[in-house]
Amino acid sequence: MMSLPVMKAEGLTKIYGIGCPVCRESTGPGYETNICRECGAVVACGDISFELYPDEVLGIVGESGSGKSTLVKLLYFDSEATHGAIYINDSADNVLSLSPFQKRRIRNSRMGMVYQNPHYGLRMEVTSGGNISERLIMAGWRNIAAMRARASYLLRKTEIPVLRIDEPPANFSGGEQQRVQISKALSNNPSILFLDEVTTGLDLSVQARVLDLIRALQSNLHLSVIVVSHDLGVIRLLTTRTMVMKYGRVVESGLTDQILEDPQHHYTQLLVSSQL
Amino acid sequence: MLRVENLSKTFNIHILDNKVINAFCDVSFHLKRGEFLGLSGPSGSGKSTILKCIYRAYLSSGGNIWFDSAEYGKLNIATAPNHAILNIRRREVGYVSQFLKVIPRVPAIDIVAEPLVTKSRLSLDKARTRAGELLERLDIPPYLFDAYPCSFSGGEQQRVNIARAVIWTPRLLLLDEPTASLDKDSIAVVTDLLKELKYEGTTMIGIFHDRIIIDSVTDKKYEMNQGVTVHAAQ
Ligand SMILES: Nc1ncnc2c1ncn2[C@@H]1O[C@H](COP(=O)(O)OP(=O)(O)OP(=O)(O)O)[C@@H](O)[C@H]1O
Ligand SMILES: Nc1ncnc2c1ncn2[C@@H]1O[C@H](COP(=O)(O)OP(=O)(O)OP(=O)(O)O)[C@@H](O)[C@H]1O
Ligand SMILES: [Mg+2]
Ligand SMILES: [Mg+2]
Ligand SMILES: [Zn+2]
Repeated sequence: MMSLPVMKAEGLTKIYGIGCPVCRESTGPGYETNICRECGAVVACGDISFELYPDEVLGIVGESGSGKSTLVKLLYFDSEATHGAIYINDSADNVLSLSPFQKRRIRNSRMGMVYQNPHYGLRMEVTSGGNISERLIMAGWRNIAAMRARASYLLRKTEIPVLRIDEPPANFSGGEQQRVQISKALSNNPSILFLDEVTTGLDLSVQARVLDLIRALQSNLHLSVIVVSHDLGVIRLLTTRTMVMKYGRVVESGLTDQILEDPQHHYTQLLVSSQL
Repeated sequence: MLRVENLSKTFNIHILDNKVINAFCDVSFHLKRGEFLGLSGPSGSGKSTILKCIYRAYLSSGGNIWFDSAEYGKLNIATAPNHAILNIRRREVGYVSQFLKVIPRVPAIDIVAEPLVTKSRLSLDKARTRAGELLERLDIPPYLFDAYPCSFSGGEQQRVNIARAVIWTPRLLLLDEPTASLDKDSIAVVTDLLKELKYEGTTMIGIFHDRIIIDSVTDKKYEMNQGVTVHAAQ
């Protein structure tokens, strides 16, 4: 029963700026910067490789600016990689070399994303039902009644009163907006879900509810999830494996309990020891 | 079932000027299916660290941990890929320590039932019934079943912890002082539960302070810095 990865990344690199031959070799934790000394470009992600398995929750942790959001944006095709490859479901084809249309198809049928900032994930003036329907239309749905039923079902699942289906997210609290984003991300039954700092900026009690919701959804829907957070508590609660990022590189990766109890890299030791 | 070969563990604490702590070195022992090894030795001699290396909560620094996995065959836990470790944790290897580490806001009965649902694929109803029976055997009053264990006493938490560990009959079970704050009666129940597991074929390694448990369930002893002694099984 050895399972194959649902997603595999190889050497993913994102450079903001013109770039030059020494960008990658002059940045990273060894140089304590992600800015190339020659050309000034930002190496937001450098040579990142990993595998994501079915039904697993992979954490990405690291300080502000370490490249976590950039990495999930590359994986979700929101941003174009400078180098590297992504393989889906053990296919030998690098999906990054597919046409934008084909990438969108993969994204609309297989992936869901919850952005750090709900303004990226939601259209604030469109009703919450409309937000979900937009995504369903992209995934090929056409029947309006069916879309409305699906939207109500998802809102119920994410504990938003269905009565609010015709209200725009602009009227909602931060925690509610995140839950509408989660509904939207789940609408097309994705097999891979990206969560970028879903609980940042929420009250502790609201955080707890959102985290409980994510745990329940993950175990019922058997999703593969990538959770980005700078909060080790969130990482401990949700994930089984973790990658630690600094200056655009993965400095350490392993089982989450091992990363937290027996961190190997200097930076991870610092991160764990400075936990509140 | 398990062969530990020349295992060693050092901690390099970079944030304390690269301080090096040698937790233990050159530990070797092996266990057949259904055998129970007791680990003993003074405080700080590395007993907990060995169990954590076998569970891979710690990375070993040297040596091998050969485990006969149902899924993978012979697997070196010291070097196996993370996803293989996660799979054997999910289906074959259990770990229980002195402290209950649980997911917040989950009632006691579900904490205990959960391994039966996720690992043994039982229905939630059946799993809850079995969990309730086990908690009752461990003398947890039924009105606590639906409460959150973070509000339980230390001893009650430990009993929930043990129930969760023994309910699914893992192939290998690692026990780090799970009975430290239990009274005589509870210890007697735990002893019976461990004997039942052993009878069903679970291989175990345990650290216990209580002589009664050690004498009545373990087959062998590994004394830190002195090695293995075998004593007759009871
Ligand atoms: N569009 C852009 N143009 C130039 N630089 C960018 C751009 N987007 C991100 N960066 C830079 O890339 C680096 C990584 O940013 P990213 O948003 O991935 O960090 P992060 O780890 O998600 O941080 P946070 O925890 O604060 O969200 C940062 O140095 C950032 O300034
Ligand atoms: N995560 C860790 N980081 C650094 N050092 C550690 C870590 N875990 C254990 N050690 C060190 O390893 C040594 C062995 O500790 P361990 O907890 O294994 O001892 P023990 O035999 O279980 O003791 P006790 O009987 O008191 O529980 C100690 O010096 C301890 O400080
Ligand atoms: Mg970010
Ligand atoms: Mg100990
Ligand atoms: Zn450059």
